[in-house]
Amino acid sequence: MNDRKYMLRKIWEMDFALHELVLFLDTHPKNARALELTRQYRARRATAIAEYEAVFGPYQPTADSTPAEGEWKWIKGPWPWEFDGTEV
Amino acid sequence: MWQYQKKLQYPINIKNPNPKYAQIIISQYGGPDGELGASMRYLTQRYSMPYDDVKATLTDIGTEELAHLEMICAMVHQLTRKLTPKQIKDAGFDTYFVDHTNAVYPIAASALPWRAEYIQAKGDILADLHEDLAAEQKARVTYDNLIRLIDDPDILDPLRFLREREIAHYQRFGEALRRTTDRLDSKNYYAFNPSFDK
Repeated sequence: MNDRKYMLRKIWEMDFALHELVLFLDTHPKNARALELTRQYRARRATAIAEYEAVFGPYQPTADSTPAEGEWKWIKGPWPWEFDGTEV
Repeated sequence: MWQYQKKLQYPINIKNPNPKYAQIIISQYGGPDGELGASMRYLTQRYSMPYDDVKATLTDIGTEELAHLEMICAMVHQLTRKLTPKQIKDAGFDTYFVDHTNAVYPIAASALPWRAEYIQAKGDILADLHEDLAAEQKARVTYDNLIRLIDDPDILDPLRFLREREIAHYQRFGEALRRTTDRLDSKNYYAFNPSFDK
């Protein structure tokens, strides 16, 4: 796995943990441990995105870090569903 | 509104195309208990939901189902990659190919196109939450059946992830139902419909 994929995977792990916490908090809105974990995972996700953007540029098209001059980089593939069967 | 994230919720990297597997996995896109129906069911039911926590659960699970729909489509897309006419005919994929080429179209494994009859929005919180609990179990059984029929670790791994999500969602809907009945008349849950009666 290359560095870019490794760093993306770190962000996505935090995304999934946060998503699970969102669903849990929907039906346990006062759960102190889930609220605290949400705070921690948000901070870890922000760090992971900052580390990614420092090396590879914008993570999301709406982010301040996405350059709006020169060339629109959002369109660059591969898109998530694409896999040619060789690269891992 | 929704904003797209340029990722799959769980990675799909299938090395070996297999149009026979594509034809059964596509049922979790456009079949009776598939992810398209799941997302439409939960997102549609929100408007008559009387309680904020249940509106949130339907919104957040309905949104995750859109991500699952994308995963299933990615699987079908990769399983039908670079096929020759001979491979298409040998796998019996010709009956799909003639109408859709290599597009991903929402149909069941039996080829029946997706229908709104697969979902219900009854405007009654007890009826709708029981439908949602049943839907998660039916989707879980469909994943069980796919896992029985498929012998490729690149496919089984994400299918097992998706099966686990059905169980997590069933748990959350069960909690939403318990929180709902806690707010109703304990002697007669059906005394009034909080989605309609005031």
